[in-house]
Amino acid sequence: THAKTDEAHWVARLVAVGTNRDQAAFAELFRHYAPRVKAFLIKSGADHAMAEECMQDVMATLWRKSHLYDPGRASVATWIFTIARNRRIDMIRKSRRPEPDELPWGPEAAPEQADVLALQQDSARLAEALKQLPEKQRYLVERAFFGDMTHSEIAAETGLPLGTIKSRIRLAIERLRHSMGAEA
Amino acid sequence: MITHHIPDDLLMGYAAGGLSEAFDLVVASHVSLNDDARARLSSFEALGGAVLEGAETAELADDSFEATMARIMGTAPADTVREEAKAPARHATFPKCLRDYVGGDTDAVQWRPVGMGVKQAVLPTGDGEATARLLYIPAGQAMPDHGHNGVEVTLVLQGAFIDEDGRFARGDIEVATQETEHTPVADIGEDCICLVVTDAPLRFNGLLPKIAQKILRI
Ligand SMILES: [Zn+2]
Ligand SMILES: [Zn+2]
Repeated sequence: THAKTDEAHWVARLVAVGTNRDQAAFAELFRHYAPRVKAFLIKSGADHAMAEECMQDVMATLWRKSHLYDPGRASVATWIFTIARNRRIDMIRKSRRPEPDELPWGPEAAPEQADVLALQQDSARLAEALKQLPEKQRYLVERAFFGDMTHSEIAAETGLPLGTIKSRIRLAIERLRHSMGAEA
Repeated sequence: MITHHIPDDLLMGYAAGGLSEAFDLVVASHVSLNDDARARLSSFEALGGAVLEGAETAELADDSFEATMARIMGTAPADTVREEAKAPARHATFPKCLRDYVGGDTDAVQWRPVGMGVKQAVLPTGDGEATARLLYIPAGQAMPDHGHNGVEVTLVLQGAFIDEDGRFARGDIEVATQETEHTPVADIGEDCICLVVTDAPLRFNGLLPKIAQKILRI
């Protein structure tokens, strides 16, 4: 599908930044994601100046942490979303938000290509399902992620295919644990 | 109502960035110790990514890209970033996100006695709505019988406790709400340490604990 090709494209761009410090790839990611990140921050309550400032910080973080991106565990959009979310909270609290401990990558624990492809397909399916939601439900999901109150009913009521992503990531984590065990 | 798995609304709230700091801390600590919660959290974050991808765009400042490149060139090289992502210290009782609040592992906790050998330490979360504290219950010792005015999330970090709902060991979480009354007892094998987050003071049922609650503000 179109969405799946898109996702593979963005993964390749981000990996190029991570491995080769590829400025052209970064410029392309910037053109696509910076306006989305800024809009996300504005909808979360930041004024334009603060949103611009925070967005630049998010995109600079993308550059600096790009070598840590793992295409077997998150789509590019998801990874950028988590950076923007954390930055938004840090700015409000003026302190670092507690984040789960990283699962360390062992030297041989590069993600399996099949896992990467499968996650891209799942991500594309999720994006498509979100697009197909009735307007009201999609609005509810968006409000939750723009920092409104949390809506416990979203997962249950919208029928979004979150379970497949969950099993996919669960598998990736298990593989990672296994390779860490083998290494120790 | 009691659940033994971390409920979706807490995970989704964490993914969306909508929780208060004390709840962020207990969710991050639980996810650090529980792979199933980690995978479920990732699925909610994937939803956040899909929302970002499909959302509208905002107009950027004219010099946006140049300003961002200037930031990049003016900051530390990638190698220093690698350090902070390094593997957590092995053999630590607390996950790293919790050690950051304590200032170290179990031996760095500033315990205060609560009575009957039970100790607690309130963690500084700068959080008006909720309180995060560590609780130390000697092996075999019971906590005072209590109900709850709000939500109470308990994450076991060392040892185990048993109550009316079962046995909870390291990495397990218990979420208790208003209607719950329970009497957790630390398992006999080892002293129990828990991270407890409440969004309201506990209601203790005995008179003595009630006084203690006023003085100690637990
Ligand atoms: Zn219980
Ligand atoms: Zn309780």
